[in-house]
Order: sequence, then C-alpha cells, then structure tokens
Amino acid sequence: MAPRETRAGEARAAAPAAGGRQVWRRLLARRTVRAAGLVVVLLVLTAAAAPLLTAVEGQDPTSYHNDLLDSAAGGVPTGSFGGVSAEHWLGVEPGTGRDVFARLVHGARISLLVAVGATLVQVAIGVLLGLAAGLGSRLLDQLIGNTTEVMLALPSLVFAISLMAVVPTDFSRPLLLTLVIGLLGWAGTSRLVRAQTLSLKQLDHVAAARLAGATRWRIARRELLPALAAPVLTYAAVLLPTNVVSEAGLSFLGVGVKPPTSSWGQMLSGATTWFRADPMYVLLPSALLFATVLAFTVLGDAVRTELDPRAASRLRVGTTGGPGGPGTTGEAAA
Amino acid sequence: MSPEPLVQVRDLVVDFPVGDGHLRAVDGVGFTLEAGQALGIVGESGSGKSTVASALLGLHRGTGARTGGSVLVAGVDAVTAEGEELRRLRGGSAAMVFQDPLSALDPYHAVGDQIAEVVRVHRPVSRRAARARAVEVLDRVGIADPARRSRSRPHEFSGGMRQRVLIAMALACEPRLLVADEPTTALDVTVQAQILDLLHELRTETGAGLVLVTHDLGVVAGSVDRVLVMKDGRAVEHGPVADVLGAPREPYTRALLSAVPRIDAPAAPGQGTGPGEVLLEATDLRREFATRGGLTRRTAPVTAVDGVSLTVRAGETLGIVGESGSGKTTLGRMLVRLLEPTGGRLHYRGRDIGALGERELRPLRRELQMVFQDPVASLNPRRTIGESVADPLRVAGERDERRIRARVGELLERVGLDADWYHRYPHEFSGGQRQRVGIARALAPGPRLIVCDEPVSALDVTTQAHVVALLGELQRDLGLALVFVAHDLAVVRQVSDRVAVMRAGRIVEQGDADTVYDSPQHPYTKGLLAAVPVLDPVEATARRHARLAAAGA
Amino acid sequence: MIRFLLRKALGLVGVLLAISLVVYAVFYLAPGDPAQLACGEKCSPAQVLQVRERLGLDAPVHLQYAHFLQGIVAGRDFSAGTGLLHCPAPCLGVSYRSGEQVTDMIAARLPVTASLALGAMVIWLVLGVGTGLLSALRRGRLGERLLTALTLAGTAVPVFVIGLVLLIVLCAQLRWLPFPSYTPLTEDPQQWFWGLLLPWFSLALIESAKYARLTRSAVLETLAEDHIRTFRAYGVGERRLVTRHALRGALTPVIALTALDLGTMFGSAVLTESLFGLPGLGKLLVTSVGLIDLPTVVGLTLVTGFCVVLANVVADVLYAVTDRRVVLT
Repeated sequence: MAPRETRAGEARAAAPAAGGRQVWRRLLARRTVRAAGLVVVLLVLTAAAAPLLTAVEGQDPTSYHNDLLDSAAGGVPTGSFGGVSAEHWLGVEPGTGRDVFARLVHGARISLLVAVGATLVQVAIGVLLGLAAGLGSRLLDQLIGNTTEVMLALPSLVFAISLMAVVPTDFSRPLLLTLVIGLLGWAGTSRLVRAQTLSLKQLDHVAAARLAGATRWRIARRELLPALAAPVLTYAAVLLPTNVVSEAGLSFLGVGVKPPTSSWGQMLSGATTWFRADPMYVLLPSALLFATVLAFTVLGDAVRTELDPRAASRLRVGTTGGPGGPGTTGEAAA
Repeated sequence: MSPEPLVQVRDLVVDFPVGDGHLRAVDGVGFTLEAGQALGIVGESGSGKSTVASALLGLHRGTGARTGGSVLVAGVDAVTAEGEELRRLRGGSAAMVFQDPLSALDPYHAVGDQIAEVVRVHRPVSRRAARARAVEVLDRVGIADPARRSRSRPHEFSGGMRQRVLIAMALACEPRLLVADEPTTALDVTVQAQILDLLHELRTETGAGLVLVTHDLGVVAGSVDRVLVMKDGRAVEHGPVADVLGAPREPYTRALLSAVPRIDAPAAPGQGTGPGEVLLEATDLRREFATRGGLTRRTAPVTAVDGVSLTVRAGETLGIVGESGSGKTTLGRMLVRLLEPTGGRLHYRGRDIGALGERELRPLRRELQMVFQDPVASLNPRRTIGESVADPLRVAGERDERRIRARVGELLERVGLDADWYHRYPHEFSGGQRQRVGIARALAPGPRLIVCDEPVSALDVTTQAHVVALLGELQRDLGLALVFVAHDLAVVRQVSDRVAVMRAGRIVEQGDADTVYDSPQHPYTKGLLAAVPVLDPVEATARRHARLAAAGA
Repeated sequence: MIRFLLRKALGLVGVLLAISLVVYAVFYLAPGDPAQLACGEKCSPAQVLQVRERLGLDAPVHLQYAHFLQGIVAGRDFSAGTGLLHCPAPCLGVSYRSGEQVTDMIAARLPVTASLALGAMVIWLVLGVGTGLLSALRRGRLGERLLTALTLAGTAVPVFVIGLVLLIVLCAQLRWLPFPSYTPLTEDPQQWFWGLLLPWFSLALIESAKYARLTRSAVLETLAEDHIRTFRAYGVGERRLVTRHALRGALTPVIALTALDLGTMFGSAVLTESLFGLPGLGKLLVTSVGLIDLPTVVGLTLVTGFCVVLANVVADVLYAVTDRRVVLT
C-alpha cells in the first residue's frame, strides 16, 4: 500500500532518454561538447605519443641540464620564459634542468592513466557492492551499507596521504595511486547503484518478470542492469575529473608520483619554491591541469543532462516553461 | 440581470510550441457563463479542457504559447490584459482551484500564511488582518479548529483537507469566478462527494460563477448547469446538463456516455460456465510492513491486510473494491505470491503456497498471473513488447524462435494488437495499448487465474470500456478466474460475479455482486455507494440532498 | 528528535570505532617496524628494543589497540626516559619524533584550520548563493551563460592551481595582497584577516562554484513546481515568488551541504595549507607523513574523521529543521 503512490514517478525517471545513437548526435550538436571532446582527444593522443613527441624534440624527461641553470640565482633557468629555446621548446625545470615539454607530455600519461584506472576501480567495486546490497539479503545490505557509511566518513584525502606514505617506495607509484584513489572512492557509486536497484526492483515490469518465473540472475541481467547503465555512466563521467584532481593533489603534496617520474601534480610540487623566480614553470602544468579537468567536467556535465531526463527538464524549464506550462502542455501533447 | 455575462469566451485558440512548429491545443472554443451559474468542461486526456481553464486566468502568458480570440472575465480580457489589471484578475476576480493538492501548495509555509499572502496581494490589509481572513475562509470550507490548523503545513493535512485548503485560498478574495481543474481526481469517492458538495454550496451562497473541468461525466452531472464537451481542442457539444447527458446530439458524446460504467446496471458476466472448482482459497490472510528497517530502530509494523478470507473459483470474477489505503493492492499481490503473507494460509488448488520459497513457486508461477495498474511501469522500456510477451515462454524453456514468434503474434492479435508490432518499444504505444500488451504477457504462460490490479484506472473512459470488455471476453473464452481489484465501484460491478468490499485491511462485506450493490448491509458499503456520482442530474441532486440531510441529522 | 540524536550519537561512535580500527590496522600492520621508525635510522637493536618497550609496541596488536582506545577514553601513561609521562583523556598517543602529545599538537593547529575554513565559508556562501540566484533569475540571457560557464570552470580547477595563479598574480606581480601568513586572531585581528584573505578566496572560489550550481538548480527546480503555478495564478509577483518560495526550497540543500563541507574542510584544507604554508592540521599531516610519525598521522585521521561524521549528523539535523517534511526517526 505505502509504496504505490511513488511508482509512476519512478517509472518516468527510469524510462530511457532515447537510443544511444540519438544521445551521441545530441551531444555532438553542442559546440562546447565538441570543443571539450577535441581537448580530450588531443590529450589522449599526446599521452599515447609521448615518447614519439619527445624524440622529435630530441629530449627526454629525465636528463639533467645543469648548464642551462643560473646557479647564482639558485638554479633558475637562464634565458627568458624559463629557458625556452629551440632545443627546449618549453624551457627547463628550475633546479634540475630537465626538459619541461618532455615532462609535461609524459606527465599527461600518468595523469590520464591514473584517473581512468581509478575510475574503473571505483565503478567496478561500486556496481558490484551496490547490486549485492540491493539484491541480497537484508543482512548483506546492512553490512555493505555500514561499510559504505564508514567509507564516506573516512577523511579520504588525509587517509590517502597517509596510505601513500606508509607503503614502501619500491611499489609502483602510479599503480599505488590508482589503487588508493580507487579503493577510497567507490562509496558514492555503490550508494547510487543500491538506490537505483531498490527503486527498479519496485517497478511492475520486474514483478512481471518474477511472475513469468524468471530466476534472480535473469532478472538482474534483463531488467536491472540495462537500466543501471545510464546512471552509472553519468556518475563515472563526474568521477573522472575528480580523480584527475586527486592524483594531481597527492603528487603536489609529494606523496604521489615521485621524480624522476613526472606528472602535472608532481611538477607543481616545486611550485611554492619557484613561483616567484620562474612563473612559467608553474603556469604550464597548471594550465594543462585546468584544461583537462575542465574538458572532462564539460563532457561529464553534458552526458548527465542528456542521460538524466529529470536534470535535463530541470535545466530546460528556465527557458520555455513557466506558468501553467508543464502541466497544460503535457495534457495537450499527450 | 446584468447585461454583461461573467465570462465570455470567443474563438479561443491556444498553440503550444512543439519542436520547431506549434501544436494546436484549443481550436476555436467559445462559451458564456452568467454569474452564479456553473459550467462543466469535460473531455478525455488531450482534449484541451485544462488549457481552456488556464486561459481564463491568462496563465499561458509568458510560456511561449500563442493565444488567440478573446477571453473576457469580469470585463477584463485575459488574452491582452497586462500588469496590474492581469494581477487583479488572477485571484481577485477569478480564482483557480488546482488539482493534485499536495504539490499545489508550498511545502515550506503554513497554509494560513499562504492564504494570507494571496489576500495581501489583492487587498491593502495588515498581515494580521490577512491572517484573520485566512482563518475565516478555512473555517468556511469546513476545516475544524481553523485558527490552529492554519499554522500547519500542507503535508500535515489529508488529501481531502488539502483540497479544502485550496478552495479556501480561492475564496480568500471573494472572486466572482471559481475555476476548478479536476479538483477531485486524486481523491477517494467519499471525499470527492464532500468536495463537490462544498463547491456547490459555496456557489449558491456567494453567487460566484463556477467552471468545473473534469474527465468524469459523473462529476459534472450533479454539479453544473451547462456542459461543454471537448475533443481534440474543439467543442463537440454544448448545452444544459440535462440535455447533454440525457439526450446527447453528437455521436462522440453518446460514445462517451455509453462508455461510462453504470453502477446501477447489473452486468451479467461469466454466464454459462457457472462456478467451477475452488482455485484459490485464502484463510485469515495477513500482511504487515515494518515501517522502517534496521538493527537499532524498531517501530510498530503497519498492518496492510488484516485477516482476509476469500475463495476464487475457476471461471468466475471476484471484484475487490476499496478506497486508497484499504490494502487491496497488497492483498492482490499476495494472492499471486509477489508478496509473502505474514500470517494466515493461502491454498492454491489444495496446496498451501503461502510460505513457499521463490524456487518452489517457480513451477506454479505460470498459473497465477497479474495485470498491473501503471501501463508505463509494467513494461520494461528497454525491451520490445514482443520480447516482454515472449519472456514467460522463454523462461518455460521454449527454444524454437519460430514457435515463439508465432505464439506471441497470436497473443498480440488475441488482445487486439497487430502481430507485426513485435519489434516496437512500449513508448510507441498509448496507455490502452500498453495495457493490452500487459494482458497478452499475462496470458502467455496459459494461466488459470489473473489478478488485475486497477487495470483501467490510468485510462480514459472509452479506452477503459474497451479493456474491460476485452478482459470479460478473454475470461469467457478461456475459462479464466479473475480477481479484479479497483477503487471504482461501477467498473467492479460491471465485471464481477462476486464482490468483496475492503476497508483498513479487512473485508467488511462480501457476496454476490447484485446483492452487495442493491442491498448493502455494512454502513461503509452504503456510504461508498451513496457517494458514487451518477450521470442523471436529477438523481444526482436528489442524492446530494440526501447526503446533506444525513450529515445535518 | 532526542531519540534521533541518541541513535546518531551511537552511530557516530560506531563509525569512529570502525575508522580507528581500519586506520590502526593499516598503519600498524604496514611494512616497517614502528619502533625502528620511532627511534630513527641509526638506532642500535638494543635501542630499538628499548623504544619498543617504552611505547608499548611489544604487546600483541589487539592489546595495543585496546590501549590506544583506553587512552582516548581514560588517558594513559607512557614511560618517558626517566619518569612517567601522563597523557590525559582524549589521549591519541605521543609523537615518535618530538615526544609531544598528539592531542596537544592537534589542538595547537586547530585554530589555523578553523580560521581558514570558517572564513572561506562566509565568502563561498555569499558568492555562491548570490551567483546561483542571479543566474537562475536571468536564465537564458548572455550574462547567465557566462556565469554558468564560469561556475563550471570553477568546479574544475584544483585549489592549488587557482591558489598558485592568484599568488603569482596578486602577491608576486601586482603586489596587491600580502603573502599569506597566519597570525592568531587574538593577537592581531587585522593581520589575521589580511594574511588569510588569499587562502580564503582560493578555497571559496572553488566551493562557491559548487554552491552557485546547487542554488541555481534548486531555485529552477522549485520554480517549475506546481505550487509556484498556484501563486502565479493568484497574481503573486515574480520577485516575491523567487524570494519567498523558490529560495526557500534552495535553502535546505545549501545549509545541509555547508555543514558537510565545513566538516570535510578540516581534512581537505591540507592542499591549501601546504600551498600557502599555513601551520594548520593539513600542514601537520604532511610534515608527520614525511617523518613517518605514525601516532600523529593516526590521530589526525581520527580527528578529521570525527569532523566529517559530526558534520553528517549536523547536516541531517539541519535538513530536518529547515524542511519540516522530514521526520527524524
């Protein structure tokens, strides 16, 4: 009796926006999305071709060039804009003289790999536990629920910093970063999947499948998982830029990627020392970080508005809706 | 008396923007309304009736809709009025009573404050005076202890009381016209009767005009003087209520009227076969819901079904009727074992199935099927209707794709759909068609008994009649047992051999359909039947007087 | 309400216990001998043994954990060199490095982080809610699109990037602001204010973007609801619709989120603090991590965890207080 009233609303929420191809077309029709997509494609290409690009430049990300540094000024690169020259397209690192361009493009690899890897870990754990909580016994639900609660209450940045510090340094840092960010960040996905599963389970077509004699597994596969794809994808699109920032933050604090490996955050970890003497060195990774995160955020935002019809209508209401709008047009169009 | 009518609508046209073009929602509607008179606008969904109501207050302004023609309300043209004039019209000379009273009020403010806010928009009075006026109108619409209740928020009221609050808000500035848009749609039948009586009473008392928009012909019969029947944005028929309902001229009106199920007409379902063997037998069935789970919190469980005993025989239809919250849906779901009873016994063909686990139930599932209320939620939006119907066949182990196709096609045709629609998705269908798909799916495994949970309550009256007819036909042809769960007494009578009346989780009365309807024993059943709107205006008025007399006594 | 609070308090204790257990297990079972760490690289095995005994690290792990808990509830004693060191209740242990009590170390840094968080909160609320409201009201116009783009960009920047850029531009190049520093409020309010202005803004710009988006969508959502239609149909003006009805709907999520963010801030201010060199909890954490000072790290994790959990409870209560439809059970 009690749950009846809400069903119609949930059904509307669970209805698909449209076919996948249609969503693609609508996404590509937006200029901002195309621009953001271009940035992401360029980034991925750069990261993939990092060794090639540095070979073209004729440099590598780890060689020291002490001859290019002004030791009297404390190791600031000689020359303007942080030592920009034909050999070193974007100058050299203050203090070490390593090539900035080479470190930036190699840094892109780490940033992207860690962020994507961590997102995959988060989504995999989140979906698995969320489904188990939503479909399993009450005890299991409670157990997973409590664990999720603790994970959400864990001060994740503090915990990540500490974790990164206690694990011995001979463990691969990028892999460790991926695992730490991934293992600390699945709680949101798990909560979302559990809530979605529970409300989907209430829908009559799931009841109909039970009446047809379908097994639990068949119901999960046929009726639940397809409906979960959209919200999970949306959530993953929001997680990705957050993970880029997490990686950069940890490396910035000096507990993430460590030299000689480079990542943008790692390059910024020297920023507090050098920002006055060599602002160029600080601004370059900052700009790249900003562009990457912004591009991912724009894409994530667009995916969300396209896949979550409620959010979409909420935002569209501003321009076309108004007094008596939704209700009456609905009736006329029905 | 006054030379100018209260409302004068001429050639009203409303276009809504749709994609690149426009959709004509209202197409050349015109009518007049004198002060103190009531006009009913009736039509099915999509007829444009609510759009007309909104146009009376100029509510389409600024929405992107294009409005043409003229709408004179108390001397103001709602199509062209601007600024202060428009503001005076809205709530001052004409006031709207909205449907769905939960969402029509601001959840964050006390109802008294909300009414007072409206008062202060139209009258230069102090906050205190506005509050006093709010209490006054709340008292007028029958809210007990209005001074205290005015400080409550909307969610603290029941549905019927919230509707009263909305009417009070409409009365606040003594408008000359009340526009009520489906004011009783979300309400139970007994509450509906009270609200309609209240509207009637207020109209005779204040002399205001009333425009009542509804899909329910029974609602207009006793409440208005004139009726406007709409279809696809046009006025089909317009005239005094007795003429339109008693002797309709237009075929559409006639079709509409004949589709309305009559509570007083004894139907003759299930003749010929006679009651067969006992299929389902419930004894003292109970179901409790824990209100909130968890290890640390335990609250008293809510009893949804409280000791129900009934039997269903092969080939007969058992109607279960009750208002919202009576537990009828929970009972229906227990009968097909979607829910597990927390007490009592449930026997299916002699076997106790009340406590069987999901695995043991699976072989029995095919014999007990269900048709659901919401035609949107009951079909998986991501699968074609053919796949949905084929599901029970596949689960039963059928592998031959050709045989499945053939069988599904047969089933679709059996429920009046095209066999070629196998590959279409649910969103391509109307509500009635989707409900037919749901019926086809329930038929697929070859069941002996189908529980229909409010199968037609989401449908328009003509569609409703078709689906009800289909169910009856299937039952006769296939010898099915049906359990028909609904809140609509007339529909239940139309299909049922026997009827059980539920209230607060219990069956208060059960028996032969004709016996229960013609000579109800339980006072609750009597009250329910008295509240059902009837199509005959004279009879409706007589019933109103009877109700008022009973209330006054 | 009282039952709700009691239950929440119980849950709070439970979550904290779980966190402490996880933290303890991870850090003390991690590779590396804590006694060796405490003593330093150059300690002889005998010295390490002595340190182990002194810190109670020779006991089985579960006993160590029990002692740790006991310290929090009732205080405990450590043998420090010659005499006993009493660590009063809530005792989080003693730093391996400085021998200071972790509780004292944290208490000394708390005002810095609190100043940072509270100041930033004031700015982000004013900026965020204001921007969100403005963009909801001017929806569809050019200015609104610009604001939306800006807030989207705002949510995208990491705090250390925006902080660095502001630092370079405002402090180093234009010299409009002094370089950030911390002066206790009680010592010199003016210096306190100017020294924290840049960190506040760096934090607040990012947070306010989030609040702007939240406010905007909540206001728009409320404006699309049926009850707004009701009041429009009664001639209530647009401005009043927004200020009295729509903004009221946005208030609840904004307040609840503020409580949550404030709680999280105590842990996540670490980036801002390291960037600007402010001696707060985050800075302490980074230093302790660098020194592998486990008791301090564990203590900080617990304290920041406590802030998050507490903020959750406060947010729940505020949600219920501002939205009377929610019943606390």
